[in-house]
Amino acid sequence: MSIRVQNIVKRFGAFVALDNVTLDFPSGELVGLLGPSGCGKTTLLRIIAGLEAPDSGQVFLDNHDASTADARERQVGFVFQHYALFRHMTVFDNVAFGLRVKPRRQRPGADEIRRRVQELLSLVQLDCLADRYPAQLSGGQRQRIALARALAVEPRVLLLDEPFGALDAKVRKELRRWLRQLHNALHITSIFVTHDQEEALEVSDRVVLMNRGRVEQMGAPDQVYEHPATPFVYGFLGAVNLFHGRINGYQLQVGEENLPLAENGFQSGTEALGFVRPHELDIDTDLASRAGIEARVERVLALGAMARIELTGAMGETTCHYEVELPRERAAVLKLSAGQIVRLKPARIRLFASDSQSAEQVPYLPVEHMVGGYGENI
Amino acid sequence: MSANVAARWTTQTRRFEKNAATREPAWVKAALMTVALLFFGLFLLLPLATVFAEALRKGWQVYFAALAEPDARSAMVLTLLVAAIAVPLNLIFGLAAAWAIAKFDFRGKQLLTTLIDLPFSVSPVIAGLIYVLIFGAQGWFGPWLIENDIKMIFAVPGLVLATVFVTFPFVARELIPLMQAQGREEEEAAIVLGASGWKTFWYVTLPNIKWGLIYGVVLCNARAMGEFGAVSVVSGHIRGRTNTLPLHVEILYNEYQFAAAFAVASLLALLALLTLIIKSFVEWQGRQSMHTSQNISEVIQ
Repeated sequence: MSIRVQNIVKRFGAFVALDNVTLDFPSGELVGLLGPSGCGKTTLLRIIAGLEAPDSGQVFLDNHDASTADARERQVGFVFQHYALFRHMTVFDNVAFGLRVKPRRQRPGADEIRRRVQELLSLVQLDCLADRYPAQLSGGQRQRIALARALAVEPRVLLLDEPFGALDAKVRKELRRWLRQLHNALHITSIFVTHDQEEALEVSDRVVLMNRGRVEQMGAPDQVYEHPATPFVYGFLGAVNLFHGRINGYQLQVGEENLPLAENGFQSGTEALGFVRPHELDIDTDLASRAGIEARVERVLALGAMARIELTGAMGETTCHYEVELPRERAAVLKLSAGQIVRLKPARIRLFASDSQSAEQVPYLPVEHMVGGYGENI
Repeated sequence: MSANVAARWTTQTRRFEKNAATREPAWVKAALMTVALLFFGLFLLLPLATVFAEALRKGWQVYFAALAEPDARSAMVLTLLVAAIAVPLNLIFGLAAAWAIAKFDFRGKQLLTTLIDLPFSVSPVIAGLIYVLIFGAQGWFGPWLIENDIKMIFAVPGLVLATVFVTFPFVARELIPLMQAQGREEEEAAIVLGASGWKTFWYVTLPNIKWGLIYGVVLCNARAMGEFGAVSVVSGHIRGRTNTLPLHVEILYNEYQFAAAFAVASLLALLALLTLIIKSFVEWQGRQSMHTSQNISEVIQ
């Protein structure tokens, strides 16, 4: 079943959680709502479920306006971040709850309930734990029970709030794959909220990036990763190196240096931000060449197939940090050592006008996603 | 729940004491224990023992005679009646207040939370006086009540009102922190699964607060039966009509019938001991259900 939200606005006091959000969730897809904490993604999920009422705007379920429908009537399955399992009930009773509280006329018989619950428990591969209590389960098991409980009422859509947020890295990865398989088997329209870009890109059919109550971009994972629409998306979907400069023909002038540009839609003289991913930077040890930007090697981390090199560069008064990822063999050839002066050569630069509205948001990029930067606020 | 905190404390103190770095010298421990036990014996155990000793001083016959006396029996009945009305009322009020405070956001919530404690901070005598001033013959509603031949003060309704006022905080105070700690997520989950408001309350909210609720009711009941000050002001001390057990004890004592006074007082002391036993049991049950959740599952079946 398709979901459509239209012009949703939600304020909490002076804080605008959702600022005129309009989105289409096609039928049968698994969509990841991705954004930093406080961007409004959970609020949007709760509005779709009917647990929160928008200040204005509409929610359409299957092209019917469900804005005024009670959460009980919407037939959505909701998996809470902290599972919200009924702690005084066994696993079996938890899963059976949705069936048992149905009005008498719609309620299946006891045998039918037993059969359905067993079916769901084997679907989430936990049939052996039917008599346990939530307190006796591990985090991953609780998560799966919460999912089975939500599926018991045969919901038309499945909403998951940070489904793997409270789990450790290993379990998280397993459950991620498992959720994808489950979705492939059930094909129920699903939305899940996450702040982990890797998770969103790996699991979803489609990713919605949100920031400060607005939708920044929606698209397939490879599309948003390869063609970020805004500086925010670029910064959020992975580590970036930032070059703040001025357009000069087919060059980006950064301080004293010039970086060549392959394409350029900007006028000469425009202030611009150049974004480069760590793997798109190469290191040149030949200082005689004037190409690229001068930087000093701080640390070389060679773990696995890739080597990560952390560098600093001086742009006038400010120091900026860069991160480069090279194949291990290439790093070995370069024989880099800490303190060495090298030149950085971007293979590809993605430009954003620095005075555009979206570029103003760059200083608000979450710190963990910012490795490089040149500018006063970063 | 306080029971859970107590359990955590025990393990913590054990570690604290075993650790050489934090262990105090033996004499400190001994001194502290002596002081505590001395106080306990002198101010708690001795009076309690005295009640029973004095009650039985003139033998079992006098003891039972004092309890079987018509005035004493009517005091018992009245005490039970007042508690039987006041406790259920406070159960409902307390539950409603705790629910409103823990699960909703509204203007004046802080004020309400503070006001719930008012009966604890106000002297019971004043509580009684308030009702006399409102419902008494010279009070606000006095003339109207007399006109309609309704007796509030110096009658059972007044006793109930005073008792309700004094025992109001027990249930609410027990439930508010419990319900706040549990949050709204389980209720939300139930609602999304299609449960009606009533079913959500009955199958999700109530089982979760069950032991806290019982704990609050037990304490509320103990206070309702033992209340003296507020009840004394509104009762008028009419023997056989408006005397509750604590008031009856006072009257007997003032008339120098010590053995009878202590005999009736021993009833109240027994009630207190029974309350303590039930309270400990409830705490233990609550802890059990926290750990395994096993004991309460039948509620749902």
